[in-house]
Amino acid sequence: MSVPPHIEVSGLAVGYGDYVVQRDLDFTVNQGDIFVVMGGNGCGKTTLMRALVGLQAPLAGTVRYGGEDFWNAPEERRQRLQRRLGILFQGGALWSSLTLAENVALPLSEYTALTQAQIDEVVAFKLALVGLAGFGDFHPSELSGGMKKRAGLARAMALDPDILVIDEPSSGLDPLTARRLDELIVELRDSLGTTVVVVTHDLASILAIGDNSVYLDADTHTMIATGHPRDALQNGNAKVRHFLTRGNPT
Amino acid sequence: METAWQLELRPAAARATILALGGRWRMAAGLPAPESILDRLTPGTRRLGFDASRLADWDSGLPTLIAGLQKLCTARGIELDTGGLPAGVQRLLALAQAVPEQAVPGRSGGSAGICMRVGAAVIEFARGLPAMLAFLGEVTLAFGRLLAGRARFRLRDLWLEIEEVGPRALPIVSVISFLVGLILAYLGADQLKLVGAQIFIADLVAIGMVREVGALMTGIIIAGRTGAAFAAQLGTMQVNEELDAFRTLGIRAVDFLVLPRMLALMLMVPLLTLYSGFIGMLAGLLVAVTIFDIGVFEYYTETLRALTLTHFLVGLSKGSVYGAMIAFAGCLRGMQCGRSAAAVGHAATSAVVTAILLITIAASVMTIVYYQLGI
Repeated sequence: MSVPPHIEVSGLAVGYGDYVVQRDLDFTVNQGDIFVVMGGNGCGKTTLMRALVGLQAPLAGTVRYGGEDFWNAPEERRQRLQRRLGILFQGGALWSSLTLAENVALPLSEYTALTQAQIDEVVAFKLALVGLAGFGDFHPSELSGGMKKRAGLARAMALDPDILVIDEPSSGLDPLTARRLDELIVELRDSLGTTVVVVTHDLASILAIGDNSVYLDADTHTMIATGHPRDALQNGNAKVRHFLTRGNPT
Repeated sequence: METAWQLELRPAAARATILALGGRWRMAAGLPAPESILDRLTPGTRRLGFDASRLADWDSGLPTLIAGLQKLCTARGIELDTGGLPAGVQRLLALAQAVPEQAVPGRSGGSAGICMRVGAAVIEFARGLPAMLAFLGEVTLAFGRLLAGRARFRLRDLWLEIEEVGPRALPIVSVISFLVGLILAYLGADQLKLVGAQIFIADLVAIGMVREVGALMTGIIIAGRTGAAFAAQLGTMQVNEELDAFRTLGIRAVDFLVLPRMLALMLMVPLLTLYSGFIGMLAGLLVAVTIFDIGVFEYYTETLRALTLTHFLVGLSKGSVYGAMIAFAGCLRGMQCGRSAAAVGHAATSAVVTAILLITIAASVMTIVYYQLGI
C-alpha cells in the first residue's frame, strides 16, 4: 500500500470574495522535500500560503495533509493538523510583548507536558540552532530583520513540526544573510526530515534549495509549471524560463 | 542673469512651424501652458517641429509640457515632430509612453455625491454590526473559559495593563474631575442662591460626581487614553501578522490579548470613578468655602448626609460597564484592523468613537433604568 502524499492540493481556488487570485491548483509535496511556490508580485503566492496553513478558507478545492482533508475537517481536527505545521511569517511575526525565549516557549507550554525547566532547555536549544543563543531575553523590537526571521524560525520549529511553511524567507535580507537562512533551512530539513514549503520570488534561493516547485502565473490566474526549478529553467514553459532568468535570454 | 524660458515661433515650410526653445525650461521658474503655445500658431498650421539649439537647461517640466502638447496636437490634427528636442527629453517621453494608460478596475473616477457617501457609510455600519456581535460572543465565551479556569493568559500581562490604565491615568483624571467639580459647584450655587439654599451645593456635587459625572468623565478620558492605545496595539500586531501567528498555533488571541485588557479596565475604571468623585467633591468644597461662604464642617456633614451607599454602587456599576465597553471597542477595532499603517490610525480613531458612543448609550439606558427602579 502506498503512503498518501504528504501534502496534496487539488482543484484549489483562492481569492477574496468574487475575485479569484489563483484557480485549478493541483500539486503534491513529498515528505522531506523543499517545495517552492514561486511567481511574480501579486500572483497570489501568499494567498495560497494562507489557504495552506488555515488562515483563509479556499474558494474551492481541497488541501490534504497525509490524505486528510484539511478544510472539511471538524474544527478540532483542523487545529490538530495545524499543529503539525510550523509557520514563519514574512516579518517573523514574533509576539512583540514577549521576549524571544517566551515566544518560543509559548507553543511548548501550550501543547506539551514538559516542565518549565525542560521548556527552558528546549527553548535555549532551538535558539542556539538558529544562531541566537543568549538572545532569549531580548524583545523582538531590539533585533535586526535577519535575527527576527531566525527567531521566527526557532518559534516555528518549537513543536518539531512535520511541515515548515515559510513566507518570503529572503525578503528584506541582504544576499548573504538570505543565503545563510537558506542554508539553515536545508540543514534543518536534512537533519530532521522536515518537509518545507517556501513561498518566494527570490531566484537565488529558488534555484539553490528547491527540490520541487510550482509556478503561479499572475496573468492566467493559475499554475503554469511544476517540477524541479532547474528543469523548469532548462526546458520549462517560456514564461517560467523568462522569470527564472530575470528576463534575460539564456 | 539668464532669463527663464524663451520661445520663438519660426515659420518653416508650408503650414509648418518650428518652435525654437531658448533659455532655462525649469519648473521652478515657471513654464508656459501648452494651450498658450498652440494659440500663438498661425491658424491652419499642420506640422510642428522643434529647435533646441539655444536651450540652456531643462528639467522634467519640459517633457511634461511636450506630452501635454502632444495630446492637444493629436486632438487638433497637428503633426508633432519631437526630433529636434534634446535626446534626454525624447528618451523620457518614450519611457512615459512605453506602458499605455490602463483602465484599472475598481477605481471609478470622480468622487461620489453626498447621498452616495451617506449611503455607503450606513451600509458599512450595518455590515459592522454582525462582526461586533460575533466579537461580543467570542469575548463572552472567553469569560466563560476564565470562570471555568481554562482561559490562557499571563497574569503579568494583566498587571502591566492594570498599571498602565490605572495609576498612570491619575493625573489627567484628577485635573478633569477637579475642573468638572468646580463647574458643577458654580452652576448649582448660582441657581440655589435664588432660593437661599446654597448649602445644597454639597448634595449636588457629591451625588452628581459620585453617581454620574465621575464615571462619565473617567469613561471618556480612558476611552481616549486607553481605548485608542488598545486598538493601536492590537492593530499593529495585526499588521505584523502576530495575530495570524496566534491563530495558526491554535492559541486564542481573545484569551491571550483581550481578556487581560478587559479585566484591567473593568477593575480600574470603577476605582478611577471613585477617585474622580472624591476629587470633584474637593473642588466643590473649595468653591463653597471660598466663594459662597459655607463652612468646611457644614459642607462636610451635608456631603455625608447626602451620600448613601447606593450612590456609590450606582457609580461603581457604571464605571465597570464603561470600562468593559472601552476595552471591548478598543480590542474589537484592533482585531478588525487592516494591514497598513493607515489602518492602525483608523482603528484607533474608530475605537474612541465606538467607545464614546457605547458609553453614551449605556449611560442613558442605565440612568433611565435606575430611575424607574427607584435606585
